[in-house]
Amino acid sequence: MLAGKIILQSGGETYRVEDTMMRMAAAFGIEHSHSYVTPTGIIFSAEGEEPTKTKLIRISARSTDLEKVALVNSISRKISSGEIGLSEAKRQLKQLEDMDLTFPLMMQVAAASLASGCFMIMFKGVWADFIPAMISGGAGYMSFIYFHRFVPIKFFSEFLAAFVIGLVSLFFVKTGLGQQLDKIIIGSVMPLVPGLLLTNAIRDLMAGHLVSGLSKGAEAFLTAFAIGAGIAVILNFV
Amino acid sequence: MEVLAQAITSFIATSAFGILFNAPNETLVKCGLIGMGGWLIYFLLNGYLNDAVTATLAATVFIAVLSHELAKRFKTPVIIYSVAGIIPLVPGGLAYETMRNFVENEYNTALGSAAKVLMLAGSIAFGLVLSEVINQVIRKVAKRKAGQ
Repeated sequence: MLAGKIILQSGGETYRVEDTMMRMAAAFGIEHSHSYVTPTGIIFSAEGEEPTKTKLIRISARSTDLEKVALVNSISRKISSGEIGLSEAKRQLKQLEDMDLTFPLMMQVAAASLASGCFMIMFKGVWADFIPAMISGGAGYMSFIYFHRFVPIKFFSEFLAAFVIGLVSLFFVKTGLGQQLDKIIIGSVMPLVPGLLLTNAIRDLMAGHLVSGLSKGAEAFLTAFAIGAGIAVILNFV
Repeated sequence: MEVLAQAITSFIATSAFGILFNAPNETLVKCGLIGMGGWLIYFLLNGYLNDAVTATLAATVFIAVLSHELAKRFKTPVIIYSVAGIIPLVPGGLAYETMRNFVENEYNTALGSAAKVLMLAGSIAFGLVLSEVINQVIRKVAKRKAGQ
């Protein structure tokens, strides 16, 4: 159960969550187990000699942390091959849950700004706009993180971050430091784009997890809409 | 020269995305390489055929199949590789154009580009599905060979 919760909160696919939990259960001698996973909750039941045990876990916050997904994956592999027992696995998972593996904030912002600059070039922008795109992309990502801490509504902080990006880019173009407003904005918005959600939604839909696929798709759509709205506000003033 | 610039920037951009998604350190370079391969396929095909949908489809299939192989080899979840690689293919530029046209009351142009965005997103989705099928076929063939 704990393993499933960590994977789901870290942005793993639904089928991976179900698969991991059932594999673990099988490794611990529970022959029949059923799991039902949606982006907001897990129901898991284990059949055995004693009356069937069922548990429900509610997932409220989700983020992206692929390293945790990979680590839980390797723990589950070890359990399946019988390398570690129940108590050891439990201890390791608990430890993993409390760990904060994310890169430092400045590193993330630096990565976001670097990505923005590079995307601007990839969308056939001019090299003169590289620095402006980097700065507005970094500013946008940083404001996303800070707004998110302040108001824990994801769509609203995405809207505000897009607004900041538009504002900074407009400032650069108006002062003559940047040349192509469109390219700068496109490049800097890229770090906010819900790419992970989109791919996971499609994978879930294909694997037959219709409920989670649709809800992840809806989340991706709302995110895209929030970003678009934030930019649109700025464009209205141009 | 332009291709080289595209290759370098796409490599950096996808690895940077790996950092944003908090991919394990040792996978960052592989993420970047996958992203670079996918983007080059897209870029060259798009320039050659002048058809973004086909180019996106080809690039997505390439990325997804390669991610499956890498995931198997290094025993890590597939999404680590595929997500970062697919990001550059997301039609962010067109979506932006659509939004801009809507805001400027150019509804006819906006609807046209909105349809294009849908087509591109659909081709990414279809590419992912296609690669899943290819992967399962490969697995079945390998199993049959092992069984003989």
